[in-house]
Amino acid sequence: MAVEKEKLYRIHLMVCAGTACVSNRAFEIKEALEKEIKRQGLENEVKVVTTGCNGFCERGPLMVVQPGNIFYQMLTVKEIPYLVEEHFLKGRPVKKLMYQPPEEKTPIPVLSEIQFFKKQVLVALRNRGLIDPEKIEDYIAQDGYKSLVKALTQMTPEEIIHEVTISGLRGRGGAGFPTGLKWQLVRNAPSPDGEKYIVCNGDEGDPGAYMDRSILEADPHTVIEGMLIGAKAIGATKGFIYVRNEYPLAVKRILIAIDQARDYGLLGHDILGTGFNFDIRVVRGAGAFVCGEETALIASIEGRLGEPRPRPPYPAEKGLWGKPTCINNVETWANIPVIIDRGGKWFASIGTPTSKGTKVFSLVGKINNTGLVEVPMGITLREIIYDIGGGIPGGKKFKAVQTGGPSGGCIPAEKIDLPIDYESLTEAGSMMGSGGMVVMDEDTCMVDVARYFLSFTQDESCGKCTPCREGTKAMLDILTRITEGKGTEEDLSLLEELAYTVKETSLCGLGKTAPNPVLTTLRYFRDEYITHIRDKKCPAHVCRQLNVYTIDPQICLEKGHGCDVCRRNCASEAIIGAKGEAHKIDQSKCIKCGVCYEVCNFGAVKVD
Amino acid sequence: MIEAKVSEILNKYARDESSLIAMLQDLQEEYSYLPREALEQISREMGVPLSRILSLATFFRAFSLKPKGKHPIHVCLGTACHVRGGQLILEKFERELGIKTGETTSDLLFSLDAVRCLGCCGLAPVVMVGEEVHGKVTQTKVPVIIKKYKK
Repeated sequence: MAVEKEKLYRIHLMVCAGTACVSNRAFEIKEALEKEIKRQGLENEVKVVTTGCNGFCERGPLMVVQPGNIFYQMLTVKEIPYLVEEHFLKGRPVKKLMYQPPEEKTPIPVLSEIQFFKKQVLVALRNRGLIDPEKIEDYIAQDGYKSLVKALTQMTPEEIIHEVTISGLRGRGGAGFPTGLKWQLVRNAPSPDGEKYIVCNGDEGDPGAYMDRSILEADPHTVIEGMLIGAKAIGATKGFIYVRNEYPLAVKRILIAIDQARDYGLLGHDILGTGFNFDIRVVRGAGAFVCGEETALIASIEGRLGEPRPRPPYPAEKGLWGKPTCINNVETWANIPVIIDRGGKWFASIGTPTSKGTKVFSLVGKINNTGLVEVPMGITLREIIYDIGGGIPGGKKFKAVQTGGPSGGCIPAEKIDLPIDYESLTEAGSMMGSGGMVVMDEDTCMVDVARYFLSFTQDESCGKCTPCREGTKAMLDILTRITEGKGTEEDLSLLEELAYTVKETSLCGLGKTAPNPVLTTLRYFRDEYITHIRDKKCPAHVCRQLNVYTIDPQICLEKGHGCDVCRRNCASEAIIGAKGEAHKIDQSKCIKCGVCYEVCNFGAVKVD
Repeated sequence: MIEAKVSEILNKYARDESSLIAMLQDLQEEYSYLPREALEQISREMGVPLSRILSLATFFRAFSLKPKGKHPIHVCLGTACHVRGGQLILEKFERELGIKTGETTSDLLFSLDAVRCLGCCGLAPVVMVGEEVHGKVTQTKVPVIIKKYKK
């Protein structure tokens, strides 16, 4: 196929168009840039490129100037004309739009010098911010599909599996099963008609995790390439990518990528003239968390109810339509092309003895630098939270980090030097999960966090097996009672007993792991449960039934001059007082929504 | 009219039973809910019991058997949004719109639902109205957001 000769430009502006930046009006920034570049006569020298997620979501909308790797952040349309004139016409980078770490006086111009990016090692996310995800040419220019050529023309299926095995890659979706072994099992499994399937699990349901979304949005071809290599290794001819329905942009980009790959002869019949056939179909999820579980996912692809079934037989033997099926998650597939390109040994040189390579985490919650980070396995929590994450906002105290979503647990502040790998997280009572990392500070109530996750799993329980359906409900009832100040100390031992029963007897991973948030918070934060039960108080003031809001009349009058903002915003007409007077809350009317606390600029509203 | 649309969808997926969920998704997208007559037609033409179609329609969260508002509001209750006060935002919407979560306003302008993580945790708490994402929402911003779509 003839490739059009690309026009050369002096400068490329890589504008992040990940979901977070798009909702921060990134496309308006792009339009403004293009308009201004044209107005200043630079359209033949400067090109605007929209990329996938850059990772530093906290600072969006973002743009990186290449060459030079200059990082601009928190852009507004208003500043674009000045930026274009100064930097691209006059060659003077604009300092005020660069990232300046809190408590430092000078901004950091170059992306790779910024703490958030410095400690990251990019394998799965290697192309982030470098390519336009809707252009296969961009992916190919970054050595894309080179590994596929190698796998199809120079390697036998056994050699591919061997390379993946020695890389030590383990499933990035949660359970951490060795990928090479899984491939071998599927390759060895007999199929009645010779048909085998490959599935990419993009049903990223863990709240607080969005790396799969980001990879599909920023670099869809890496997933396709990974699946193609996997297909050759196990002998599959059909693949499915299962994407959450809540991710419209990811669905759009993967569909574009599949079409382009077909046009280039990289999907379909006789790929690259090697006689190898493989094609991919995209299946949209329909909003059921349990479909992330592999047997439920299979049922859902087949058009049935997304309910799990007992294993064995594992999908490796009997999967889609009863045939051997290899299911790996998005991030796992994204690692494959690099392993084939650079070798399993290279990949295994990163990380710890049992957990090799890198892992992508979404660092969210009470943290300064929210975003997506890819780090070598074995890095400590401290490095992630303080060096990369920039610590806790507002000088608050770090309390815990929740990993692994609803299946994981809370790791307390005293374990901050814990190295992050599959084993140490499990030992601490949590798990790797898909890589959500929700940071919690002193204002987070751990009982409420446990109740939150339980309400999630209870709601998402498919109802097929009794322990999960009834057990999570009983546990949730107890937790709700405690957060309302109606709990008893006997509740705690009952809670533990229920937790162990649900864990041991549930049918699938959802139920088996659902009690983890409760068990870890009971293990590390039992005193918080006791305070809720004995003193009927929530130390973090999160459990609203236990909160009492009051207004300090002196502060209200002296500092705020009875500004009346709280009364006007009050949802239940519970605030008494005229403008200019000290205000007061009628406790009998207060619904404890906390809006007065939110709007008071003088700190006159107190919560106890 | 619905009948023609359903036939179009059935043909698009070649009446393949494994595509039932995809068909319902197309229907949901078209009408913002799954009209009863459409489900009956699918059942009839594909020879699949209506009970099986209804079990899919009620199992998956993406489907609704009642019409949704012109501007569907989804308040994120993912973990990051939860620790940053998402529940309070949801309740504020309930009060401002005068409906409960899962309901639609009588003028069919808004429907209110809670979702589990929209995947833009960096902007928590997040609210999605239609396809538009609003980040770092506070209780005081809620009436402003609603007003924007009332025009």
